[in-house]
Amino acid sequence: MQAMSVQRKKIHPHKYSLWIAMGSITMMFIGFTSAYVVKRSQANWQVFELPHIFWISTAVILISSGTIQLAVKQFKERNMRRYKQLITLTAILGVVFAALQCIGFSQLSQRGLPLSGPVSASFIYVIVGMHMLHVLGGVVALLIMFARAYRTRVRVYSAVPIEVASLYWHFVDALWIYLLVFLSLAR
Amino acid sequence: MSNEATLHSHQQEATHGAVAHDHGNGHEHHHEDSFISKYVFSMDHKMIAKQFLITGIIWAVIGAGFSVLFRLQLAFPDATFPFLESLLGHWAKGGHISAEAYYALVTMHGTILVFFVLTAGLSGTFSNLLIPLQVGARDMASPFMNMLSYWFFFLASLVMTASLFVQTGPASGGWTSYPPLSALGDASIGSKIGMDLWLTSMALFVVSQLLGGLNYISTILNMRTKGMSMTKMPLTIWAFFFTAILGVLSFPVLLSGFILLLFDRHAGTSFYLSDLFVAGKVLSNEGGSAILYQHLFWFLGHPEVYIIILPAMGMVSEVLAVSSRKPIFGYLAMVGSLFAIAILAFLVWAHHMFVTGLNPFLGAFFVLLTLLIAVPSAIKVFNWLTTIWKGSIRFTPASLFSIGFVSTFISGGLTGIWLGNSSIDIHLHDTYFVIAHFHIVMGVSAFFGMFAGIYHWYPKLYGRYLNGTLGYIHFWITLVGAYLIFWPMHYEGMAGMPRRYYDYSNWESFKQFVELNKFISIVVFTVFATQLLFVFNFFYSIFKGRKLTTTNPWDATTLEWTTPIRPGHGNWPGEIPEVHRWAYDYSKDGKDFIPQTVPIGPDESKH
Repeated sequence: MQAMSVQRKKIHPHKYSLWIAMGSITMMFIGFTSAYVVKRSQANWQVFELPHIFWISTAVILISSGTIQLAVKQFKERNMRRYKQLITLTAILGVVFAALQCIGFSQLSQRGLPLSGPVSASFIYVIVGMHMLHVLGGVVALLIMFARAYRTRVRVYSAVPIEVASLYWHFVDALWIYLLVFLSLAR
Repeated sequence: MSNEATLHSHQQEATHGAVAHDHGNGHEHHHEDSFISKYVFSMDHKMIAKQFLITGIIWAVIGAGFSVLFRLQLAFPDATFPFLESLLGHWAKGGHISAEAYYALVTMHGTILVFFVLTAGLSGTFSNLLIPLQVGARDMASPFMNMLSYWFFFLASLVMTASLFVQTGPASGGWTSYPPLSALGDASIGSKIGMDLWLTSMALFVVSQLLGGLNYISTILNMRTKGMSMTKMPLTIWAFFFTAILGVLSFPVLLSGFILLLFDRHAGTSFYLSDLFVAGKVLSNEGGSAILYQHLFWFLGHPEVYIIILPAMGMVSEVLAVSSRKPIFGYLAMVGSLFAIAILAFLVWAHHMFVTGLNPFLGAFFVLLTLLIAVPSAIKVFNWLTTIWKGSIRFTPASLFSIGFVSTFISGGLTGIWLGNSSIDIHLHDTYFVIAHFHIVMGVSAFFGMFAGIYHWYPKLYGRYLNGTLGYIHFWITLVGAYLIFWPMHYEGMAGMPRRYYDYSNWESFKQFVELNKFISIVVFTVFATQLLFVFNFFYSIFKGRKLTTTNPWDATTLEWTTPIRPGHGNWPGEIPEVHRWAYDYSKDGKDFIPQTVPIGPDESKH
């Protein structure tokens, strides 16, 4: 419909919505972290060290940010085989990240800091767990992209979906860096 | 990337592919809608608006019906009503509402009215209906997400409905669900499964609000038609815009609070719990803080009241300008005050917590910021009054409800200045004064804004008019009734009568109010019956109302009246009109009104 072309648009509405959604998700974690700050200033706050495996998971999610960026590049150059490999790799790294976080949880609880333990430990489980759910949400999005890439009847030429997915992926990456720095410093 | 492409995002990929070119360029809308895709899983913003509105109306009848039931208890604490036992079963044995049922009714009344009616039913309906129509877009930025937004609300409604029927009853710890009461299943029967369902329902509701809010913001910022600069937008759109921003930024924080509460309930954590005894047993929870929940709750809770009132303000601004045939007074001041309210909304949450042991020094800042809200509010009131001042007012039901809104907003807002002072709040908190304040300024005002919107845009929704005579009856009884109900509550509150009590007749100090409580309840029953009259009018007029013969029944300037009487999906059959002027060119240069689509003439004075 030509009538539509008169509408000026600088940024795709879906991408725009994602930016707002990222603001919204950030507010949720600001809610958690400010609750953490409030609790921390009160009595009975127990200090402990974060599981070291969180640093490995940080490396994993950083690498995955690189792979999804390469995937976008390959998509735009229509190297679909490389593209499919890269989003698969990204999704796998996402799952590995989640698994490493879970290992971190079990290490914590073996150290005598279970979920129902001191509040400072409960916060780690809830905050890291909620972040993990957001990463897994990204994995689901990548699986959808993956399924689309394998469709034979319909070909996808628009780079918007993969760009939206990669933007989200970078966001959960940056969110994790923020949380890690926050949880390491504000102990 | 065109707007059309997002309408058909699922087909968009196909158009370039190997499949046939059905939906290529130049084709008008001709996808055959089945009943399901047209009325149920519709992606048309107008149908989604109707879904929100009708779901909201059903909830409003239920929520207000609950208030009728508990007002019955407050008016006649000793009487028995056999019909109550047939209605509520063992919750009203012998025709007398039990204390547990009373608390459940009060809690559900608050939850339903605040969230399901005045948030989803009000901004959900009119943001969906008006944003694409008034900014000149075919649909929302993402029609699919928009559909999801409604269906998440529907799911939330289902879960909340289910909670009404569980054996231990729905949540009954007040609509704010403060822990520790809400966190401990053993603390009260309303804190058992009913509380879990409440939290689940509210989490689904938050998702619905976020999906909707994202779309509203994205559509307003990205999908405006040619010429529709931000300062040419009608005030309705500005109001929906700030509403959506408030929702998108504050609902996630509420969700964080709920998630922590769920962990406290089921995973043995102690975010909110510490040093507790329940039924003589010591709980092991240590180190939590119940006040923490209140911070997280009210960080949403306060913006929430503006989420409720801003859409009403926007619609009232529009309706007052249309019906007084005058440009809105102080357009930029109106936008500026909306902006100021939106900012201040995030900085005043602790005024709900003056008596929780909040540091009085900190409280002083919250008092100051709270009282500052009076400034933008007063600007708005001044501008509404000056807009209708010396106008040739057409007293349609919509304009009456708008004028009623200004009245209740003033009288309810003034008591906010009392309550915003932390020292006066020590006496007035948790009394009927608070009930009176927020019901008038938020409940009645928002409902008046909503009624103004429904009467005004009903022709756009259904291509027919609501019955005017019933509308006038509805308005006058509601206005007079609302004041008769809530005005006396101020005096009860000043005398110290606390809210949420089951039976006041046991207290010597409140015996003076026995007759007053009866009077209030009788007015409640009358007003409720009048609302049923409106509901009848609404549904009757869908099928039998007077038909619209012109596309622009109110002689308004805005874009929604340039669409056909019953617009299809895509809103404008041809091109989207271009906009050349602001939305308030009424009585200009000797013309009654000039639509936004008319180019500025060579010798026309600029506004």
